[in-house]
Amino acid sequence: MSNESTIHVHEGAVTHDVHHDGNGHHHHHQSFVSKYIFSQDHKTIAKQFLITGIIWAVIGALFSVLFRLQLGFPDQSFPILETVFGKWAKGGKIVPEFYYALITMHGTILVFFVLTAGLSGTFANLLIPLQVGARDMASPFMNMLSYWFFFLASVVMMSSLFIETGPASGGWTSYPPLSALGQASMGSKTGMDLWIVSMALFVVSSLLGGLNYIATILNMRTKGMSMTRMPLTIWGLFFTAILGVLSFPVLLSGFILLLFDRHLGTSFYLSDIYVAGNILPNEGGSAILYQHLFWFLGHPEVYIIILPAMGMVSEIMSVNSRKPIFGYMAMIGSLFAIAILAFLVWAHHMFVTGMNPFLGSVFVLLTLLIAIPSAIKVFNWITTIWRGNIRFTPAMLFAIGFVSLFISGGLTGIWLGNSTIDIHVHDTYFVIAHFHIVMGVSAFFGMFAGVYHWYPKMFGRYLNNTLGYIHFWVTLAGAYLIFWPMHYMGLAGVPRRYLDFTLWTSFNKFGDLNKMISIVTIVVFAVNLMFVFNFFYSIFKGRKVRTQNPWNANTLEWTTPINPGHGNWEGDIPEVHRWPYDYGKDGRDFIPQTEPVKPGESGH
Amino acid sequence: MSTTWIIVALILGFLVVFQIAKASEYVAILKGEERTRKESNRINAFLLLAFLIIGLIGVWYCNERLKDKILPEAASQHGERIDTMIWITLIITFIVFVITQVLLFWFAFKYQEKENRKAYFFPHDNRLEVIWTVVPAIVLTILVGFGLYYWFQITGDAPKDAQIVEVTGSQFKWEFRYPGKDNKLGRRYFKEINETKSNPLGQIWSDPDNQDDVVASQEMHIVVGKPVKLIIGAKDVIHDVGLAHFRLKMDAVPGIPTTMWFTPKYTTRQMKEKYGSDFNYEISCDQMCGAGHYGMRGVIVVESQAEFNAWLAQKQPQYAVANAPAPAATPATGAKADSTTANGGQAKASR
Repeated sequence: MSNESTIHVHEGAVTHDVHHDGNGHHHHHQSFVSKYIFSQDHKTIAKQFLITGIIWAVIGALFSVLFRLQLGFPDQSFPILETVFGKWAKGGKIVPEFYYALITMHGTILVFFVLTAGLSGTFANLLIPLQVGARDMASPFMNMLSYWFFFLASVVMMSSLFIETGPASGGWTSYPPLSALGQASMGSKTGMDLWIVSMALFVVSSLLGGLNYIATILNMRTKGMSMTRMPLTIWGLFFTAILGVLSFPVLLSGFILLLFDRHLGTSFYLSDIYVAGNILPNEGGSAILYQHLFWFLGHPEVYIIILPAMGMVSEIMSVNSRKPIFGYMAMIGSLFAIAILAFLVWAHHMFVTGMNPFLGSVFVLLTLLIAIPSAIKVFNWITTIWRGNIRFTPAMLFAIGFVSLFISGGLTGIWLGNSTIDIHVHDTYFVIAHFHIVMGVSAFFGMFAGVYHWYPKMFGRYLNNTLGYIHFWVTLAGAYLIFWPMHYMGLAGVPRRYLDFTLWTSFNKFGDLNKMISIVTIVVFAVNLMFVFNFFYSIFKGRKVRTQNPWNANTLEWTTPINPGHGNWEGDIPEVHRWPYDYGKDGRDFIPQTEPVKPGESGH
Repeated sequence: MSTTWIIVALILGFLVVFQIAKASEYVAILKGEERTRKESNRINAFLLLAFLIIGLIGVWYCNERLKDKILPEAASQHGERIDTMIWITLIITFIVFVITQVLLFWFAFKYQEKENRKAYFFPHDNRLEVIWTVVPAIVLTILVGFGLYYWFQITGDAPKDAQIVEVTGSQFKWEFRYPGKDNKLGRRYFKEINETKSNPLGQIWSDPDNQDDVVASQEMHIVVGKPVKLIIGAKDVIHDVGLAHFRLKMDAVPGIPTTMWFTPKYTTRQMKEKYGSDFNYEISCDQMCGAGHYGMRGVIVVESQAEFNAWLAQKQPQYAVANAPAPAATPATGAKADSTTANGGQAKASR
């Protein structure tokens, strides 16, 4: 096995580096395979996660464009769709089975493959060793496995798109009995099995990664890097990893029981079922059990998505305002509070499942408590830019856009978390508007901010600024144009997951609006394709980075060479003497973390 | 053909934008990168302010365009409470929305990079942080208080004299059962379901309570001003009884009966007079249930007690339909089959 031997050689090289820090940089020759494919360098793995995530994002967004065609132009047929998709778009119109497959895949892909793997997979890998001052992750080999399990999950999920009965189509939540019974839906046949297998592989990937992130943050910080001297990015990624490690196994258990119900005749979720003319033998199961298991991950999952974005936004706002982040300890405290509460609110997704109203009321209280740490974060971000000296790099603009979207989407969370209102707007477009703004688009904004800010570190080149500005302005305006009016549709009671409203007299008043939303979706999609182009073009042709610290930032990653090798620092790992947010202190624009504290220097 | 042109236009637009973007990089080098950076900084700061103003106008405009398209007044007392709760929450969240968005974009504009400006070193302030922990906590307590007050009213027990209707969802239709004179629904067991023998709900015929139960599909009849308690279930997968006009919703779960009660305030006729002849109280399935989910529609007819009694009187109990001598059973089942196909046909036609 040539693979194994390269891995051993490679590990040896790293240990070597660590033990002889003083000897300067080691050039160990690597084959193409070990450098770019089965690489154990956290920076390469980060790029692998990011590029795989980008590919998935394009597919997931394309799916949304396809189903928006149906929603915006229900009477029109698009012959090109039939050319491409055959029976799934007979006569140029998306058939219901295809529509439901599209929305299911859109959700699964974006929530898990893009905003979990693509977001925290990328930035945890890239930033944790660089910002805490480590040469690599605690276990580079596990880290590599984490990516390759994700890759396998991707392959399985992708293959499910091409089978005859189509991919899973019971919604990204895949509630049984619909997802358990092949008779109930075409997507619940082989597509569902592949979905479960893919998600199981994904959970493995996420656990391997998460354990590594936690171990690295706790054990491999450089000298002087106490926990309270870590940048907020690391805090965000740390809590994300903990949430993932504690909640993903529960999701896996839910999936395994589902697999048993599908193939081994168990009745965990099934009872009293008469489907497609057949009486099933199952009795005694509870369909609601799955929802508890699912949302026990499903809710922390939204924080898994948003916490890394919050961390990066805090860092980027501080750097570009040339001001310390306001309330560093409060920022950590609120992240901690959110992480704890994340586990105590899952049943607010289930207010109308017939749960005990008293139990519901407990979840209302706990859910609305989350608004307090969220409010603290928002006020702290606003205070951070107050009296700053702000540079509007594309990263900073995306960070500001993130805060704006987080406010807009967060406030509607106060509506939905209150069970009284949830009764009316549950499973309507109001919910779509809420979660797309607060965790979909804003997490994307956090991710874009991160990509624009750390692109110079990843590739030693800059992204094109002009394209960056166009990307930001069109996406921000587009996001509001698409999702803001959906609140009104939700208040009108328009249900989610309907592909046609012609039957209905209560919900058929939004034809023009749907058309507008679909056109904006296409425009935003096109502009984001331009970002993808900018991303790949700039890897090879972008403006070169010529200074080690292009943003004049304090954190450790900017003390590495412009194109760091495996091991990150030539020579010793720098020692840390201060927190990362000494911007504008004592008349100095910035003071890197590596600079010793001078006598007489003011504190923070 | 037009699709091709749109794609061509998009590609051309893309090429043009890309060329401009690339050229702007060279121009920046010619003009001096620092100068260009400052210029674009000013432009973006201005755009942020413009976005705030245009955005707030947009919020107002969107409201003007859409406020008449959301639902008419709540048609149940529970619905009124929910609407009140929405108003309370809307006022509070909208105030917070405007304040925070204005501060965010205004500060961004105001504190844009300037030659002579120094950022103010302001790492923390305990007093401020306590204020914005405590104030949201108080506001949220108010919201939780109101919310739970209404929540317990809505989810509390139905009045004793409430009318009972059993609602059963299945792919992709609604069936209703009325308890008849004894006001008691007979027992059912899913293994008794037999559509060819006119027992679509699996009623147990040996239970005497079943003998006067009436089964109907797609259209639910209830009485205005009288509380109605729905006993909700499903045969195959999870569905959800969504009653947008009454502002109510409850899942229909196979194997786990759920309940929901409300008091309708207006008859269907009154609503039609007010809001046009195409008005209907609709039951929408609000839980993804398969390929026909979007067409799983039921209708509620709210009428006077007299009208309801007359309607019920002309219905034959399902027991009689299923256990009648062979010749009598044929027309009844035939009629029933017709009504199901009609609705099934409707769902298909909409594709």
